[in-house]
Amino acid sequence: MAKYLLLKHYRGAPAAVNDVPMDQWTPEEISAHVQYMHDFAARLEQTGEFVDGQALAPEGTFVRYDGEGRPPVTDGPFAETKDLIAGWMVIDVDSYERAIELAGELSAAPGAGGKPIHEWLEVRPFLAAPPTITQ
Amino acid sequence: MNEALLRSLTPSVLAVLVRRGADFAAAEDAVQDALLEAVRVWPATPSPSSSSRERPMRDAKGWLVTVAWRKFLDATRADAARRRREDLFDEEPAPGPAPAVDDTLQLYFLCAHPSLTPSSAIALTLRAVGGLTTRQIAQAYLVPEATMAQRISRAKRTVAGVRFDQPGDVATVLRVLYLVFNEGYSGDVDLAAEAIRLTRQLAAQVDHPEVAGLLALMLLHHARRAARTAPDGSLVPLAEQDRDRWDTESIAEGVAILQAALARDRLGEFQAQAAVAALHADAPTAEEADWVQIVEWYDELTRLTDSPVVRLNRAVAVGEADGPRAGLAALAALDDSLPRHAAVAAYLHERDGDLATAARLYAEAAHRAPNLAERDHLTRQAARLNAGRCR
Repeated sequence: MAKYLLLKHYRGAPAAVNDVPMDQWTPEEISAHVQYMHDFAARLEQTGEFVDGQALAPEGTFVRYDGEGRPPVTDGPFAETKDLIAGWMVIDVDSYERAIELAGELSAAPGAGGKPIHEWLEVRPFLAAPPTITQ
Repeated sequence: MNEALLRSLTPSVLAVLVRRGADFAAAEDAVQDALLEAVRVWPATPSPSSSSRERPMRDAKGWLVTVAWRKFLDATRADAARRRREDLFDEEPAPGPAPAVDDTLQLYFLCAHPSLTPSSAIALTLRAVGGLTTRQIAQAYLVPEATMAQRISRAKRTVAGVRFDQPGDVATVLRVLYLVFNEGYSGDVDLAAEAIRLTRQLAAQVDHPEVAGLLALMLLHHARRAARTAPDGSLVPLAEQDRDRWDTESIAEGVAILQAALARDRLGEFQAQAAVAALHADAPTAEEADWVQIVEWYDELTRLTDSPVVRLNRAVAVGEADGPRAGLAALAALDDSLPRHAAVAAYLHERDGDLATAARLYAEAAHRAPNLAERDHLTRQAARLNAGRCR
């Protein structure tokens, strides 16, 4: 049993097969896409594998400590940042193979023309709790 | 209210309902409801010795059976009414003492049925045998309660067609209990203690040397718990643990159980693993452990399981018994993509005096560590060697 993050990128992942920006889809295609994402999450809840799913606004702010007694420094957003996270889903599954299978299904969400987007999702394992028996 | 007593009664109460003809899934829900009812209505018992207050719990099992059966009938009737069917369950069985037959063992088999995935078997075992609530199990495994509820009801559907009186395989049950012990997060529910309780209960039900072996293994490792983490939460490796903080009572019990099991001459992997743990428990320091015997146990384990992880551990033991060069030679035969291969190599190179290689391998091992505590530990090892070399 292990948790995996399925990471969806706005930018930074290799180009999807059906790589048409969302604002050029038809409204029905957008609805179908959103419905697919909802159904996918609901199905994972049914199988007892869903942990969390969130979407992120595309623009963020960089923040850092600027020394004692001073407010944090903010910067950005940087338009040139290569990697941009769009959102994630966290799953709790029995095997790496299952995580890959589910990521493949999520990547099949319909896009332009009602065809699967075939977008690249990044699968990252969580660092687990240390086992008790190691010797 | 004695939660431990209540939870220990869970499987036998559930077994009574199933034996009376209730289907497993509905019976399991009814028992959970009865447990909640008990928590609500039974008076709190401040201490186990307060005999007058314990009186309501004298026939706790009988009370739970009665309440669970009523809840089962209510639910079944409501269900039947919803489906506009005739009442099928008008007949209540004659009230009386719970039958002497204990089907607890059958419940273990059912909850660890081979048709279930490991995570489903774990969840079902903790609820139906352990008496934990769905919320507690969800918290223990860091998933939402709704997800855990679905995992459990799906598991129940999976085993719905399994005959309750079928003999099961103890090995599958042991695998599940091992996972509960070994791979839990440290949350509010103490999964290691729960695994020990369930294994102890299983050992009372079935006479099997590997059940004893697993129980001994758990006790021997649990004994080191206080010494295994530093106050800051970091891992303390076996060699550096303060052995005065090991729980001698738990060790003594584990060793006694293991010796009785080994005397029966039906060796299995859990007994062999426990034997390694017992040899460590027996040594005043890591260096003084009987490493030659530990290597022999790893040879037995290799024969029993042929697991690459065992071969990796064997290489460490060979390194202690015959020197780091011998350990590295044993390691050379293994696939270096194995988890913790780099960590073992780093340790053996350090023992061999090759600090540069050791530091590089510790850093590589940290990069590949499967959990945060190990990563931090390995990073610290690399940093320690790098700092020493720069001085």
